[in-house]
Amino acid sequence: MNEIFNTNFILGCSAIGAGLAVIAGIGPGVGQGIAAGFAASAVGRNPGAKSDITSTMLLGQAVAETTGLYGLLIAMLLLFVKPLI
Amino acid sequence: MGQGILLSGGADIDFMIHGVFSYEVFGQTVWITTSHVCVLLVMLVIIGFGIAANRAIKHATEVPGTFQNIIELIVEKLDGMVDTTMGKNGANFRNYIGTIFIFILFSNISGLLGLRPPTADYGVTLPLGVMTFTLIHFNKFKHQKVSGVLKGLCDPWPIWAPINIIGDIAVPISLSLRLFANVLSGTVMMALIYGLLSKIAIIWPAALHVYFDLFSGAIQTYVFCMLTMTYVSDAIGDN
Repeated sequence: MNEIFNTNFILGCSAIGAGLAVIAGIGPGVGQGIAAGFAASAVGRNPGAKSDITSTMLLGQAVAETTGLYGLLIAMLLLFVKPLI
Repeated sequence: MGQGILLSGGADIDFMIHGVFSYEVFGQTVWITTSHVCVLLVMLVIIGFGIAANRAIKHATEVPGTFQNIIELIVEKLDGMVDTTMGKNGANFRNYIGTIFIFILFSNISGLLGLRPPTADYGVTLPLGVMTFTLIHFNKFKHQKVSGVLKGLCDPWPIWAPINIIGDIAVPISLSLRLFANVLSGTVMMALIYGLLSKIAIIWPAALHVYFDLFSGAIQTYVFCMLTMTYVSDAIGDN
């Protein structure tokens, strides 16, 4: 049994896990796209409020980005800190 | 063979924090790392800028010169940002928000000059998050009194108190992790490009530097300050 669970096997599994973890990037992508789309339509309706809309959109997008970044952090931890070895 | 396949591309890929030298304190080995050096460099630049700005403002002229104009513009923009977000409470927080804005901005764009950005070290961003946390709860206790804080804790019903506490603790963690992960991802991308594509990485990575260092860094600085201001003015309340 110990033959399988050597360092290289764990490293390979960590790489697969890192790849799976960055799938978390899908959600923020969709969310940011929706926010940008609504901001564009808001600017179309009220061009005078463009700077307010832009700053609100950027703030919301940055908050929405957080979940994707957590996935990225897990991938980084698996690849470079190697907690499972 | 202990390295992953990503690191087999060459020894050039390097975005880790390195130790510069170590010393012993009470039996513990303490490392002075590249992050410390970069923070010190950023601090030196800011201190030098501050001294120069102080001298320029002390000898201010009626018709401002170029440097005085730039300083006035920076201060005006930062104060305007704090005032529009926090309303009448803004005057007390202009100094703090302006300071962390300039510090985080300089840290983020120091990647342009070949430094490893200090904010790509969780040891730098977590204290910033903890400072925001302290500010939130200090102002909560100061303005809402203990009864108000307890009432906010048991918001819909007292049984929700653990969830509210977890929500409070999550604020500094998510603030610091957001800044850290954004800057770290930029650092890693640039290290990968310079390491793996070192043969053809001529001139065109400048465009990526503009995105990862300037744009992303400025956005994250703005977001950190905006969220800090929003949370603090939430804690102060309306009264």
